Amino acid sequence: MLEVKDLHVTVEKKEILKGLNLTIKAGEVHAIMGPNGAGKSTLSAVIAGKEGYEVTSGSITFEGQDVLEMEIEERAQAGLLLGFQYPVEIPGVKNIYLLKAALNAQRAARGEGDMPAPEFMKLVKEKIAQMQMDPSFLQRAVNEGFSGGEKKRNEILQMLVLQPKLAMLDEIDSGLDIDAMRVVADGVNSLRDSKRAILLVTHYQRLLDYIVPDKVHVLMDGRIVKSGDAELAKELEVQGYEDIVEEPAA
Amino acid sequence: MSEVIHFLDVLKKRLAQRGSEPTWIAARRQAGAARFEAMGFPTRRDEAWKYTNVRQIAQGHFELAEDADYSSAKAAALTLPIDAYRLTFVDGVFSARLSDVEGLPESVQVMPLSQALAQNHEAVGGPLGRLTGVEFSPFSALNTAFMEEGAVIRLAPGTVVDKPIILQFVSRAGEQPVMSHPRVLIEAAGRSQATVIEHHMGDSDAANFTNLVAEIMLDRGAILTHYKLQEAPLADLHIASIHVEQRRDSRYTSYNLNLGGGLVRNDLVTDLNGQGAEANFYGLFYGQGRQHVDNHTLANHNAPRTFSNENYKGILDDRAHGVFNGKVVVKRDSQKIEGFQSNANLLLSDRAEIDTKPELEIYADDVKCSHGSTTGQLDKEAIYALRTRGIDEQTARGLLTLAFAGEVMEQVDIDAITERVELAVAGKLPERFNLAGLVEIAAAFNEA
Repeated sequence: MLEVKDLHVTVEKKEILKGLNLTIKAGEVHAIMGPNGAGKSTLSAVIAGKEGYEVTSGSITFEGQDVLEMEIEERAQAGLLLGFQYPVEIPGVKNIYLLKAALNAQRAARGEGDMPAPEFMKLVKEKIAQMQMDPSFLQRAVNEGFSGGEKKRNEILQMLVLQPKLAMLDEIDSGLDIDAMRVVADGVNSLRDSKRAILLVTHYQRLLDYIVPDKVHVLMDGRIVKSGDAELAKELEVQGYEDIVEEPAA
Repeated sequence: MSEVIHFLDVLKKRLAQRGSEPTWIAARRQAGAARFEAMGFPTRRDEAWKYTNVRQIAQGHFELAEDADYSSAKAAALTLPIDAYRLTFVDGVFSARLSDVEGLPESVQVMPLSQALAQNHEAVGGPLGRLTGVEFSPFSALNTAFMEEGAVIRLAPGTVVDKPIILQFVSRAGEQPVMSHPRVLIEAAGRSQATVIEHHMGDSDAANFTNLVAEIMLDRGAILTHYKLQEAPLADLHIASIHVEQRRDSRYTSYNLNLGGGLVRNDLVTDLNGQGAEANFYGLFYGQGRQHVDNHTLANHNAPRTFSNENYKGILDDRAHGVFNGKVVVKRDSQKIEGFQSNANLLLSDRAEIDTKPELEIYADDVKCSHGSTTGQLDKEAIYALRTRGIDEQTARGLLTLAFAGEVMEQVDIDAITERVELAVAGKLPERFNLAGLVEIAAAFNEA
């Protein structure tokens, strides 16, 4: 589904990703872990298309399409969706407007018409209940005045409505208390199926107790230095990143 | 000076055609002409006109329209779809055919100024020119010299008008650019209530000059909501002076919505003369291309316990130029005053420009006043965030622009006006972005 090959990325002339390789297949949940500054957020930002990141070499393909040639919105329409670590507040734009505009943009890209209003309302009501959010959030401006936890729930709500093929979640666990963590994790887990994939970018192993990954990658200094299954995350928790980096050098 | 002569020549011709009129009108007209001749057009050396160049008006060769011919179909396409009492003016000339005041109760008078003048009606003799004197500006003097048409609205004590009263001003495309000097008089007696919608529109290729003066008198406890929806053709030149006098416990609310016109200048002044009087000024201006939109407002707190609240928002694209000058004056001994003022502007292009100047002049000590002004661009992070959800850049920009206007528009409770403004502001949104559909859905969720 997603194929990242020998990806080199510089930000303000500083090389952050130094030849990163990653393959994600449909049905899989991958977790990328690593210390601060390793390039974790850079990877998801480059895949989503954020400005200010220069790809100096390498490639990213999604279902055979060259992602780097696609506009930001085309990536989302194709099913590549990024959940932000710090969701942006958008004063004046109601949550419900965002959801409808986004869903219909995705449908239009597939050549489908707008979702009929009753169907849309039913869908949104169901998903907002799933995220244990009050329906009044739909009338509020996107993320404006939301607490940290509410913002994260709102990101997952968008995922549930838009049903991406590949959901990338950047530090979705940061700022969550244990109850909110459960709700967010349940939301993410409900997306899991054989046709979809999930990429978790996280600092802590904690999240992976709730969303158990199929593959775990350790990202250090711009490269994936080690890959394994869910057990690797637990080893990391015990050993720390320092010891892991020693191994490939040895 | 030669510029002034053309206008005076046109006036002379018109007076010769008209023949005799009551002495008091002739005298005021003469005073207006003399004042205009003495002042000439304002230049940018005049502080009040520092950012607005009226050369296009001064050097224009405008004549006066001779008729009000306009097809009903075209008028219907432009008019607001609102159940209302209507007076229609085409290039300043009253059109009885396009007007409808059927069913007005006896306690409300709505008539063209020409009729009131012909009858030498008591509604005009005293009030005409009482609030907006010829000294106010060269344009008010010019309007006074030419005054012959416009609208007179009079509400008897305690009257609550059941429907809005719409004054629509149509600007026609023609070989010869024309000018009109509409004069509007509104006199609301004690505890009366009405909504007046002043609507300016016309043929998209028209290029005329409108110079309107409105005088609005609110007696004790009167409530007037005054919408000005200015969507004049983009080559039209539009000057308006609105002067309000408020007695005790009266409330005046202005929605000054400017979307059209090539050169636009609005002066909105209220005198809060009685305790408990309240004025609300809401404004939105949207400029594209080379539009120039200038709003000057002034709230005079002449009595204690008076309240004014102002919120103006400007959106400027391309090479449009906006001017905002809002002034709050608190007279000595006018205690327990509240005066709030805010102006926020959004620049959608690097070449758009705004000159904004909020002013406070306070000569009393027990007052609560604040003012502020901000100017910015669309939030790049917000555009990015919307695009990462699959929303294309154009739609994202449209959504954010609309959101910016939202704070003013949410105060508007006439849906047809909101829709006009939102469609104009979000006009660049692709068709598939069904705005009306969104609003319906939001409403449906509200009810559920």
